[in-house]
Amino acid sequence: MNYNWDWGILFRDPYLGWMIGALGWTIVISILAWIIAFSLGSLLGIFRTSSKKSLRLIATCYVELFRNIPLLVQIFLWYFVFPEFLTDEWSRWVKRDMPYPALTTAVVAIGLYTASRVCEQVRSGIKAVGEDQRQAGRAIGMTEVQVYRFVLLPNAYRIILPPLTSEFLTIFKNSSLALTIGVIELTAMTRQIEEYTFQGFEAFTAATIIYSLVTFTVMALMQQIDKRTALPGSFSKGAS
Amino acid sequence: MNYEKSNMMIKVKSVNKWYGKIQVLNDCSLNVSKGEVIVVCGPSGSGKSSLIKTINGLEPVNSGEIIVSGISVTDKSTNLDQMRSKIGMVFQNFELFPHMNVTENIKLGQTKVLRRTNEEAEQKAQALLERVDLTEHAHKYPSQLSGGQQQRVAIARGLAMEPMAMLFDEPTSALDPEMINEVLDVMVKLAKEGMTMMVVTHEMGFARKVADRVVFMDYGKIIEDAPSQDFFGSPRSDRAQEFLSKVLNH
Amino acid sequence: MFELDFSVIVIPANSSLLWEGIKMTFLLAGLAIVGGLILGTFLALLRIAKIPILSQISAAYVNFFRSLPLILVIFWFFFLVPLIVGRPVGAFTSVLVAFILFEAAYYSEIIRAGINSVRLGQLAAARAIGLTYIQSMRYVVLPQAFRAMTPILLTQAIILFQDTALVYVVGLRDFLVSAEIIANRDQRLVEMFLFVALVYFVLCFTASMGVKYYQKRINNEL
Repeated sequence: MNYNWDWGILFRDPYLGWMIGALGWTIVISILAWIIAFSLGSLLGIFRTSSKKSLRLIATCYVELFRNIPLLVQIFLWYFVFPEFLTDEWSRWVKRDMPYPALTTAVVAIGLYTASRVCEQVRSGIKAVGEDQRQAGRAIGMTEVQVYRFVLLPNAYRIILPPLTSEFLTIFKNSSLALTIGVIELTAMTRQIEEYTFQGFEAFTAATIIYSLVTFTVMALMQQIDKRTALPGSFSKGAS
Repeated sequence: MNYEKSNMMIKVKSVNKWYGKIQVLNDCSLNVSKGEVIVVCGPSGSGKSSLIKTINGLEPVNSGEIIVSGISVTDKSTNLDQMRSKIGMVFQNFELFPHMNVTENIKLGQTKVLRRTNEEAEQKAQALLERVDLTEHAHKYPSQLSGGQQQRVAIARGLAMEPMAMLFDEPTSALDPEMINEVLDVMVKLAKEGMTMMVVTHEMGFARKVADRVVFMDYGKIIEDAPSQDFFGSPRSDRAQEFLSKVLNH
Repeated sequence: MFELDFSVIVIPANSSLLWEGIKMTFLLAGLAIVGGLILGTFLALLRIAKIPILSQISAAYVNFFRSLPLILVIFWFFFLVPLIVGRPVGAFTSVLVAFILFEAAYYSEIIRAGINSVRLGQLAAARAIGLTYIQSMRYVVLPQAFRAMTPILLTQAIILFQDTALVYVVGLRDFLVSAEIIANRDQRLVEMFLFVALVYFVLCFTASMGVKYYQKRINNEL
């Protein structure tokens, strides 16, 4: 291998600042997309298990649609195709005038895509809590909404904490897809540094370490939370 | 609405129910008067659990009518939530809410459905725990209790709603033998206090002691519905005789 | 608003470009699935073997790759493979290596979970009737594990198929890139991306329905 090593590059101006800023964008995309994915996914998960056939159908269609198209293609659909179906005014706003058009599009696309996966997790959690718990809740006169609020969801979230952690980490990794529409997040930045300095090896290594560190930190953190929230008498399953 | 018989608590009229192609209830009719204790028995798969769950509308029926205290359960316009709060139900696997301690389990329906204040609910919970002899376990979680204790909490949870009737769906069949009696004792006490009860069970000792009538089901049909002395004296159907000889001979 | 005009797809030059693209997508996905499965099985067997250092290496490999974005891995190998080989190797080879190494981590976890899902009692029962460890694995544990994990492996294959769209970042002419070339050349971005989405949807939805049907069937058999 014929390569000029220069690890110092990572700590030199402006590259250090670039990397930190890019990590910031990665985290911003991940957290905002997660907010969408978690709230919409939970709602869809409730729909998917509800007693109303129409709600179940809506959630099923959503899940099938969003998980059978590659995320990258979905990002392109939101970025290039969706604005064309709006009125001129709105189209201009989405393409140019809204704050951070590319970043916002990436957040929405990743959020909506991941919502379909969160929905399936929430559904499996509610299924795991069981039909009998639902009946027990109904039997003391609670409405369906109350049964979800006080019985099914608190238990379901506890059960699916490990897979939900994985879903968040999936978002964290998938945030790199934002680079395809020009968002300079962590992965894109390594590419940019490579092009500026030809020290690609160092930049890729740095990004790799950062991604791994964040992932392992989040997993360790969630394992602690999993232990803390475990009910007395039940054993903790640990993050997967 | 039909109030002509004021002491009629539960009236089941020609109820049919299918799961897909399988008929689980076949033209079932049954009356329970206020203060009566009815034991429903029969081989597994005979439809007893389905029958009891249709009474508070947990399981829908395909045809027929069910009236509880003058209110039609099978009428689509009935507010089932409100009606269910007036009928207690005890499940085979207890179904306490695992994320709440014993007291919280008993308080949930009181505060969220009956809109009682926290203090009222708390007092009621304590009184009921005393009644089922579990005061010292008030702050434990379900998973820290034995099956028998859990089932007694479940009964207390049902009673907290001050129900006009209690439904029991095989309340002792998931219990270890040594715990069955502590649960049955609570139920006997309840029966003697005049609670209207419908109990799906194989505990024929319990049936003998407190049941006013015994209903025997097989293949989704009510085969016998007789005062308990008559049922235990001389069941009319062969199926019931065969069933009795099986459950009594051990 | 504007008129959608999908005729751009059927222009012979375009449709043959798209056809080449989709063949590339299938070729890449197919090879990556096979390679990923082989490496993944190997990693899973290392993981469950009772030799601490081997299972630790396997675990480290799996956890490491699962913590990285696929795009970064693609970049790594796009950049690294020619450096190691000492000459340009083309996008396909480097991307294929990236996919196999990356997906193997996911396959290995599925296979390991499948083996773990077979109750320990089964192994004990097999040993109790005198089978050796290898025989117990071969005749009792693995057949059950394979049944349990087949639907999940197939689902992962569908995910991998979708993941191949990410070769976009290195410009390998798969289905999406071919469509994008046409989209830009003929100014038909909207139609082409909708078409790509539709094709992916039909393929993946059909495949996932197939998996669901298969799962139902084996559930009924068990």
